[in-house]
Amino acid sequence: MKAPFSWLKEYVDIDISAEELEEKLFGCGFEVEELISLGGEISRVVVGKVETCEKVEGTHLYTCQVNCGEFGTKQIVTGAPNVYAGMHTPAALDGSTLPGGITIKAKPLHGIPSEGMLCSGEELGINEDMYPGAEVNGLLDLPKDTVPGEAIQGVIGLDDYIFDISVTANRPDCQSILGIAREVAAVLGKEVRMPRTDYHCSDYRYPGLKVTVEAPDLCPRYLAHGVRNITPGESPRWMRRHLALCGLRSINNVVDITNYVMLEIGQPMHAFDLDMLQNTEIIVRRAQNGEKIQTLDEKEFGLTTDNLVICDGNRPVALAGIMGGLNSEITENTRQLLFEAAKFARDSVRKTSRALGQSSDSSARFEKGISEYTTELGMARALHLIEELGCGEITSSAFDESAGAPREGKRFTAKISRINEILGIEVPAEDILRILKNLQFEVKREGDLLEVTAPRYREDIEIGEPDLAEEVIREYGYEHVVPTFLKNAMVTGGGKKPAQLRQDKVKRTMCAQGYHEISTLAFYADSDLDDLHIPENAPERSVVRILNPITENLTIMRPLLAPSVLKIVVENLKRGNLEGRIFELGNVYLPTEEGKLPLEEMHLGFAAFGGGEDFFTVKGSVEALGEAFGLKLEVERAREVPYLHPGISAWILCEGERVGVFGKLANEVTAELKLHKDSKSHHNIFLGEINYVRLMSHAAVSIRYRPVSPWPPVLRDLALTVDEDRTCGEMMQEISRACKQVTDVELFDIYRGEQIGEGKKSMAFKVCFESDDHALQPEEVDKFVKKILGNLKFKLGAELR
Amino acid sequence: MEQRIRALRAQMEERLSRIDSRESLAAFWQEFLGKKGSVADLMKGLGTVAREDRPAMGKVINEFKVMAEQRYQECSERIGQLEMAARNRREEIDITLPAKKREMGTLHPITIVKNEMINVFLGMGFEVFEGPEIEDDEHNFTRLNVPKDHPARDMQDTFYVSEDILLRTHTSPGQIRVMDMEKPPIKVLVPGRVFRSDSDATHSPMFHQMEGLVVDKGITLCDLQGMLDKFVKQIFDADVRTRLRPSYFPFTEPSVEVDVSCFECGGKGCGLCKHTGWIEVLGGGIVHQNVLRNCGIDPEVYSGFAFGIGIERIAMLKYGINNIGLLTENDLRFLKQFKD
Repeated sequence: MKAPFSWLKEYVDIDISAEELEEKLFGCGFEVEELISLGGEISRVVVGKVETCEKVEGTHLYTCQVNCGEFGTKQIVTGAPNVYAGMHTPAALDGSTLPGGITIKAKPLHGIPSEGMLCSGEELGINEDMYPGAEVNGLLDLPKDTVPGEAIQGVIGLDDYIFDISVTANRPDCQSILGIAREVAAVLGKEVRMPRTDYHCSDYRYPGLKVTVEAPDLCPRYLAHGVRNITPGESPRWMRRHLALCGLRSINNVVDITNYVMLEIGQPMHAFDLDMLQNTEIIVRRAQNGEKIQTLDEKEFGLTTDNLVICDGNRPVALAGIMGGLNSEITENTRQLLFEAAKFARDSVRKTSRALGQSSDSSARFEKGISEYTTELGMARALHLIEELGCGEITSSAFDESAGAPREGKRFTAKISRINEILGIEVPAEDILRILKNLQFEVKREGDLLEVTAPRYREDIEIGEPDLAEEVIREYGYEHVVPTFLKNAMVTGGGKKPAQLRQDKVKRTMCAQGYHEISTLAFYADSDLDDLHIPENAPERSVVRILNPITENLTIMRPLLAPSVLKIVVENLKRGNLEGRIFELGNVYLPTEEGKLPLEEMHLGFAAFGGGEDFFTVKGSVEALGEAFGLKLEVERAREVPYLHPGISAWILCEGERVGVFGKLANEVTAELKLHKDSKSHHNIFLGEINYVRLMSHAAVSIRYRPVSPWPPVLRDLALTVDEDRTCGEMMQEISRACKQVTDVELFDIYRGEQIGEGKKSMAFKVCFESDDHALQPEEVDKFVKKILGNLKFKLGAELR
Repeated sequence: MEQRIRALRAQMEERLSRIDSRESLAAFWQEFLGKKGSVADLMKGLGTVAREDRPAMGKVINEFKVMAEQRYQECSERIGQLEMAARNRREEIDITLPAKKREMGTLHPITIVKNEMINVFLGMGFEVFEGPEIEDDEHNFTRLNVPKDHPARDMQDTFYVSEDILLRTHTSPGQIRVMDMEKPPIKVLVPGRVFRSDSDATHSPMFHQMEGLVVDKGITLCDLQGMLDKFVKQIFDADVRTRLRPSYFPFTEPSVEVDVSCFECGGKGCGLCKHTGWIEVLGGGIVHQNVLRNCGIDPEVYSGFAFGIGIERIAMLKYGINNIGLLTENDLRFLKQFKD
């Protein structure tokens, strides 16, 4: 919301500087995002009186002697055709600055010394609306009563400030100069001088003119008033200047009045050319499906029943609250018009505006909310201005369609003590009364009890003390709040729950394994699943889809972490980070029944890439993760995971249940990565994904001590020759199973060679035997070994080497 | 005999002075203490000594033996030390060769900051609650006193997955879920991912928030500031102060924006605080009575405050990160800097 300082001063006696006012507004909830000093960029530009003016032969230039008052008489060369002796015009002296960061220095022009520059209005950043003659081709011709040497800002009205104020969503009543002025008055403890809204109606009544609101839910209030004998023309100087300060250009008196009222009162106004209407009836209704309208900016829109339109009985003549139709536009030829001031439901305007992609200053205000007080005030002000400007006859054709909302402010009782309880400080009752009165609340006090009537424009005020507490403290000052530390509250237990602590531990365990935590977006696109060769019919393809994605890259809630993790690997490789380990603990999202919340399931995704990694380094970190939770994680060959190498990937088993998968990225997927094909590390990517919830369902809840054997373990090495296709896992399982005294089996060598024979390998294991109740004797252990060898030979054809 | 022993003593001292290895030490043993050594010789010669002199002479020989053994022992220790010193010299390494280690991983800065923030509040008796990231309209908006036609509900800001189900736009629905389950006194934090459908240099469509909620009897605005004062002092710096200023959120009344005094310049004004001396860090306020009512808590008896902190914002301020994109790029060179 832009509010010029000079305009605010028309309603409130402001006796502090713009900077001080900025502070005050900030303190009471209106942050000034920018305080723009209008002539702030201009320096050393003064009124100059051209004493003499001589044409330079053979050029278009003039050499002028310019009286600059206290700055002396300067010789300035100008090319402006309208210069004349005796002219008062802005003179930019040596070292002066102009808008846009332009600096003027004394330097010769065509060899003639020039001690500055004479300026046009445009060069000073003003237009015709701001100052007469500003857009003339040539120098700005100032009145003869201006004093040479005087700073130019004050002369042309640039000694002003614009407050660009951020207005919170609960204060639509401050989307106007008057609204801001009310806040300024309250914070300064001053009166508001209301703009005049009186007017006189002639006896004339438009015959047959009728207004009907067919959709009162979308249009709770509709005021219309006929004006005739319009004399189109320029608006007065003051009005043009006000509009210009707020960034609007003057069009003509009638259009300017609608814009002026919108800025001043906050009521978007519309005016229909009555002669352009096909019928004498105005109907406010929902559009029919397929109905069309062409708006003032000559765009055409197809409408639906969700859109509210104003019709002339036959066709839409305005898109309610957003923009008028081209077919009833006010022009130079308009002689009779109908003013509209309405309250349209804010969500209706917003939805239509979004759906059609059409917005305006008007729709922005309706979306935030307009009170009926503003609607009434806006219409009266517009009619007053018609009369003040003398540009039309106000007829007696006045219409007021209302859905019947009350015409007075909310009335309720509140306790002073309760207000102070909420704040936690003692604001004196007199201050509370003063503040509420300054904010135009009507207040009657009886002891602790206040009988309050909120101003009509304050639709945000809700019944009860909290709202009053907010009004009081923002005026009284937040600096009065004294920090306390829950002096009335009870002590509570608090702390993280075991499941939350486990998440922390998983992260710490991964870090200990050298994995760096990443944080990625929870959504991506179908194409990310394509990249991992997830088949169309895979269960992961049933996803939670976003109805209104912002880009086509973010359309589905992720059903897998793997694509997110792989993307980060690829990004790092591209940036030359050739090795690394990363992980993310985050949710995947799975659809459930229609209308129910999707299932959010926590997964642990991880990747290891670069020269130092192989299947077993990653297997090591998987096992270590399990061990951190007292779980023995085992592997089972996984050939069917589409994005993993069929020969270098494994399911992760926990107590026989598949809890995840890991392995080398499939060659097919690797080949399609957008990476240099020649870099070796680009071909060594390992990915894993664990269903965290499933894994943790196996995690031990509590630790129980188990006695350790006092007898030392006995170690035996066994080198065994087996067929090449026997796996280490099978061998170890057989060894472990043979007798309960085997507590650990470790592979320490694999040998292939002539002595072993074609198609065979030798595997050497270190086997650990332990007993809880006695020291194992060599003969006993011999017996165990014999049993192990027997089992291995029988089941796996293994021979002792 | 005595003369011989004296001569042997002199000979022994001379030998000892030349011992410099295990070998010469062993030769010494052979010469004096071995089976055919000087001591054994002397013992054999004892027979030739007069009977009455034998005990005295035997004693002298023994004294010589004990002395020789003692000198041998001393010398052996000296040789041991020499050998150990030589071995230690041989085994010396270049300690500046590169270390062999498994590099520790790091937690993401968001996690580090989130944990730090949680830890501050755990000490004040807070619990942690994590609600669903995909929420329904009821929890995300309606019961938080965000009316049907409020601009915050607009399709512009919220990602929807169906008409009534959406990606939560804030962690505030956690307030509702907690108050549905628990009765006052309540002190809870709700950290988590939130989603907004805008994306530019300063906004990410997904970011992290932490909601705080306290509901009990007699909770005031002063308590909110008091608690946040303690929080910012622990997170930023002991000298940091807070400032409240009016704001608006539909689910709190009064609502405040909380600024901290700039910890970079101490409030004098610098680039970080845009020369205001203050940095905006979070929003909060007194829980709206309608929100309490919506959760079956009587606002005539109980009151509370709530606040919402942007975790990215705190992380960026704390670590001097000037681009929010760095937090989702996950460049290892970036991540490795965050050793907590």
